[in-house]
Amino acid sequence: MTMTESFVDTSAATGARPSRGATLAALAQRHGALVVLVILLVAGGIAFDTFLTFYNLGNLAVQASFLAVVTLGMTLVIVSGGIDLSVGSVYALAGVLAAYASQWGLVPALLLPLAVSAVIGLAQGVLIGRFGMAPFIVTLGGLLFARGLLQFITDEGASTYLMPGDSPVRWLGSGKVLGIGVPVLIVVLLFLVGGFVLQRTRYGMRLFALGGNEDSSALMGIPVVRTKVLTYVLSGLGAGLAGILAAAQLGSGVTVVGVGLELNAIAAVVIGGTVLTGGRGGVTGTLAGVALLYVIQDLINQSGSVNANMQQVVSGGVLIVVVVVQTVLSRVRRGQSR
Amino acid sequence: MTEPVLEALGVEKRFAGVRALAGVDLTVRPGEVHALVGENGAGKSTLIKVLTGVYQPDAGELRYQGAPVRFAGPPDAQAAGIATVYQEVALVGSMSVASNLFLGREPRRFGMIDFPAMRKSAAKLLAELGIDVDPARELRTLGLGVQQMIAVARALHSDARVVIMDEPTSSLEPREVDTLLALVRTLAERDVAVVYVSHRMDELYRVCDVVTVLRDGAVVHTGPLAELDRVRLIATMLGRDIAEVRREGSTAFSGEHETEDEPVLAAHELRRSTVLDGVDLEVRPGEVVGLGGLLGSGRSETVQALAGLQRLDSGAVEVNGQPVRPGSAAAAIRAGIVLVPEDRKVEGLVPNLSVRENIVLAALPRLSRLGVVSRAKQDAVVRTFMERLQIKASSPDQRVSELSGGNQQKVMLARWLAMSPKVLLLDEPTRGIDVGVKAQVQQLVDELADQGLGIVMVSSDLEELVEGADRVVVLRDGKSISQLRGDEVSVDAVLAEIAADAAEEVGS
Repeated sequence: MTMTESFVDTSAATGARPSRGATLAALAQRHGALVVLVILLVAGGIAFDTFLTFYNLGNLAVQASFLAVVTLGMTLVIVSGGIDLSVGSVYALAGVLAAYASQWGLVPALLLPLAVSAVIGLAQGVLIGRFGMAPFIVTLGGLLFARGLLQFITDEGASTYLMPGDSPVRWLGSGKVLGIGVPVLIVVLLFLVGGFVLQRTRYGMRLFALGGNEDSSALMGIPVVRTKVLTYVLSGLGAGLAGILAAAQLGSGVTVVGVGLELNAIAAVVIGGTVLTGGRGGVTGTLAGVALLYVIQDLINQSGSVNANMQQVVSGGVLIVVVVVQTVLSRVRRGQSR
Repeated sequence: MTEPVLEALGVEKRFAGVRALAGVDLTVRPGEVHALVGENGAGKSTLIKVLTGVYQPDAGELRYQGAPVRFAGPPDAQAAGIATVYQEVALVGSMSVASNLFLGREPRRFGMIDFPAMRKSAAKLLAELGIDVDPARELRTLGLGVQQMIAVARALHSDARVVIMDEPTSSLEPREVDTLLALVRTLAERDVAVVYVSHRMDELYRVCDVVTVLRDGAVVHTGPLAELDRVRLIATMLGRDIAEVRREGSTAFSGEHETEDEPVLAAHELRRSTVLDGVDLEVRPGEVVGLGGLLGSGRSETVQALAGLQRLDSGAVEVNGQPVRPGSAAAAIRAGIVLVPEDRKVEGLVPNLSVRENIVLAALPRLSRLGVVSRAKQDAVVRTFMERLQIKASSPDQRVSELSGGNQQKVMLARWLAMSPKVLLLDEPTRGIDVGVKAQVQQLVDELADQGLGIVMVSSDLEELVEGADRVVVLRDGKSISQLRGDEVSVDAVLAEIAADAAEEVGS
């Protein structure tokens, strides 16, 4: 047999090459949130004088940065085909721990909450990866556990730990470099690293493989357990860091924060084009998704006439629209087959 | 003779006291394609799982390249150089072809994946094997056959010394099978040892050098395949008399059931956006109608549409002249149309329920009064069908997931027969089940037709289609394009129809 001659006629064996429609659909799925974000920014700029200002956007970015840090880990988890519901509680717990430990200086204020978050992530990762338990249930347990721990160490919120006003930790939350808030810079840095890790490293490829087809991945020799454990540890670390930053900005560890944060994080990730069933997505979209949530909120505040509660309604609506559009798009991509 | 690369010596494996492998010896040499055959339950799957590290043998040993080995798990065996190509494509559909080829061993520069290098080596590897695919394409946009080829390419790339193929062709089209078999020969020429498992006799005789036959967990024959003709091989597998096999033929269909009655099922101009483009079909009571055509020609979609599982844009389905509401499985079942789907696990059986429960599931409404299910009626139905179809289960309460593939298929059949249907739609009724059970299923199809059922059968196995069907309707691009009846029905004729289409396609 001559090996030069191609003996697979892919055009006939596989159906048509991806059509232009499918390519466009892929693009829209990846960058849809960004497009909507730009449209809203322009529209907002035209409608309100105070919207497209350095001051307003800078503030908005700082507010959004805490959620953004959480969503970075969440993106990894969702790409791997999992979910992490514990991030909101871990976020709050880390904030309180950071405030508490700030009395001993910067390093403990960082290390204590990060260590606790990482351990919670590790425990969840082991249960999910090693023992094959469902991520939803395990991290729901993590959510209750972290929240309970928080209630315990704060006497059900009765004792509030303050960060000393001169603590260097405060700078992480409220400092500015060249007029840009430090949390925003941290987010930019983390997303650059996150994007690199997801798109350019073996670990990233493993996440996509796991999320795409876990059984096949295992058969192909991917270290499934290790990859999953690492992912939940990273997610825990992200939530912990976000909590530290938030506490640093507020100047105290507040126990009531972070309730429902995990749902906002999931919403932002999904709006950003990462598919909830895993195997497809990226951090750029997630960042756009976070920005979108906050821009919608700000535009509603700016308008003044709309009740602030409408923000939730609109965000919810956007989420549903995104999910519907995603489903339609992925059907287009698969060429309408069932 | 070359030194063996992989050997199993006296391998034993038990499950809950049942002996699946009883001292199996297997010797695989570099450059040979080694057929591993046997009926379902003969121990093939278990042996493969032992060779690939999924199971550890209870007794006996494995020798790899002359030294005793113990594989802790599949990654272990892979690292050593034993690659496996599974029946279902075990790749990640949402990733590119290149990523799938290199997953787990991506080329790296400065700690990051070197995508240009990866695409380049992927393209080189694919070109070497004559697979014309863009490495950047998403795997799931490719046909199953090409995907399976990529799986082989992956195995080859990993510098495997042994490639184990577990029914790699079971979901491939004839043309794709040719390509895959050519690839198997290429592997052998490169001194890779191939262990090839398949129920398809043709394929075995086309690529295999050596054969090992398993029966009841033990090796009953091993030697050059050329020394064993087809009938003898089947006889050895089944442990039956050669004369008996000869008499029964290799498929168990009896032939014709011609009737002049009014059609029990009639379908006109079935259309649905991209999948169906005008299918006409008539089935008379006691008739077996085969649906021929390539994968993707709309065979499965047609039977699904008939069973109400696919919406229709237009077209009509009638049973005994009465229109059936399209797009409703409930309406189809009420009208007496039932479908035995292709993928037993995904679409039909509930693995964790018992044989009894799986059989009566669909018939529950008729076995109950005021919502209370009568146990006595259930038992009667279950007993009848377990006897009639010779379902091998320890009791009606055994879980379906513990049965062999063939018996699962029978349970599926029993479930639908319990509905006393008028029309039976069979989508690939014998795929993935072994020769012995296959014959039983084929016989059953015959019997059912004799009892007056109208049967529509989809099969990729042309021989089965031709011998089993009284008429064959050939589909192409979702359209019924021709019909073969009586003496016209032959493998060549069906191929000619399909080939005529292909020629036309090239011309257009």
